[in-house]
Amino acid sequence: MKYTQGQFIIRAKEAIARNIYSFTIACPEVAAVTVPGQFVHIRANGFTLRRPISICGIDPEAGTLRIVFEIRGQGTEEIARLNKGDLIDMLAPLGHGFTVDSSFRKVVLVGGGIGTPPMLPLAAAYGEKATVISGFRNASAVILQDDFRATGAETVLCTDDGSAGIHGFVTQPLKELAVEGGIDAVYACGPMPMLKGIAAICAENGIYCEISLEERMACGIGACLGCACRTKRNDEEYFAHVCKDGPVFRAEEMIW
Amino acid sequence: MADLSVNVCGVDFKNPIIPASGVFGYGREYEELFPLNKLGGIATKGTTLHRRTGNIAPRIAETPAGMLNSVGLQNPGIDHFIETELPYLLTKDTVILANIAGSTPEECAEVAAKLEDTDVHMIELNISCPNVKQGGAAFGTDCTMAAEVTRRVREATSKKLVVKLSPNVTSITEIAKSVEAAGADAVSLINTLLGMRIDINTGRPILHNNVGGLSGPAVFPVAVRMVWQVANAVGIPVIGMGGVSSGRDAIELMMAGASAVQVGAAIFTDPFAPVRIVEEMNEFLDSKGIASVRDIIGTVKPW
Repeated sequence: MKYTQGQFIIRAKEAIARNIYSFTIACPEVAAVTVPGQFVHIRANGFTLRRPISICGIDPEAGTLRIVFEIRGQGTEEIARLNKGDLIDMLAPLGHGFTVDSSFRKVVLVGGGIGTPPMLPLAAAYGEKATVISGFRNASAVILQDDFRATGAETVLCTDDGSAGIHGFVTQPLKELAVEGGIDAVYACGPMPMLKGIAAICAENGIYCEISLEERMACGIGACLGCACRTKRNDEEYFAHVCKDGPVFRAEEMIW
Repeated sequence: MADLSVNVCGVDFKNPIIPASGVFGYGREYEELFPLNKLGGIATKGTTLHRRTGNIAPRIAETPAGMLNSVGLQNPGIDHFIETELPYLLTKDTVILANIAGSTPEECAEVAAKLEDTDVHMIELNISCPNVKQGGAAFGTDCTMAAEVTRRVREATSKKLVVKLSPNVTSITEIAKSVEAAGADAVSLINTLLGMRIDINTGRPILHNNVGGLSGPAVFPVAVRMVWQVANAVGIPVIGMGGVSSGRDAIELMMAGASAVQVGAAIFTDPFAPVRIVEEMNEFLDSKGIASVRDIIGTVKPW
């Protein structure tokens, strides 16, 4: 099975910050084949388009996936109305995930805002080899720091207004680590300007970098060609598709 | 079990349901979910003479009861289609409609000519794409141009030729009659309705192309009306589409005069929509004691 569609039971629901919810979903057959960086495509009652949501936890033994999402508009607001015990309609697991390489000795994971959840399965895969840099608007938007620490990863917290952790953007601590050296890979998800900054730091320091993108999507599986992003393939410009070619891309493929 | 088979201009379909061009790619992604032989047919992604990169994102926007798209005919070109995609599709025991488009009548004819030596079952000529600057809808909104491009393609192919019509016109029946006179074997309608959404926080249109094609349940009543008008205006079969999301919708469009039905945006909400719609049609016909779906085509009794 590559992906499937069905209705799955929500085992747990938690509000983890303002307008940010965590669902744990029982879907053993999906959890068994999911890799870090993939996403689920969720049906919102009354809406034509599904909503792509990144995967924040993969537990094949418990047979569950965890998703953490923010209410961005009416569709995600509708999904957030679902409760523990309700069925959630998912097409999953979708997309091309992060490269996890057991030979890497030191990796840096960078998440910005609601881009932090997909970093958690990666932190679980790398454990103590990982440093997780997370950035948020302010202290009340901070999520998942305990979860990251529980994986054994080192955590660095930044906020735009300095109300928690370092006052500033995630690119500052990343730059310091990059200059120190010894990093095998940087993985990032968050707003485009942040990703662009991270890609530039990695390019300057010769560090392998993968980024996870988001785009407005329709089918979610590569058929409709709705979620285009500009990339280079064999030195030619190519509109790749976030749902199938991505959401994870090598930073060097991108045309920013 | 009702008889769901239909015949459109001499081509037999095991059932009337066809995923519409653009939502289904070349079928591979959906085969992961269900066997393609459950479908009456497949209308392939619009394919042009040369590879097209398509429009800059965002290409998709949600709307009340529907969506806008402006993909811009991104496709790998007809040679790739013939070499790589068509041989695969032809093994799937379903009718293949090769949807083609071009910037000029000559280009459309050249694409059709390349399909002449293949085993593709039908050609669906798109004269109604709203998302490309040249050709596309420009052909579909003018009777003379619509007839001209149809005639050129007709001359280039002996395949059954379906011409896909735009709803963004004053009179779709006039366009339909023009393409019928120019040699079309059938017409399919409706393509998307031109629409627009604006992000009021940024003042920018959501689509990078500014405007795009509206589809989904919102357009269904327009589709029913246009299928009914065109079916009463031409002698060739009509393939209906536009916002169909249930077996009841498909039955309604056939009562309006459609000989077969394409399913588009519904597949984004429910990827199994085409298969489910076939089952729902069968249930409806059985519940009414109707032996064949052909018995409902064009049976609406207007006031």
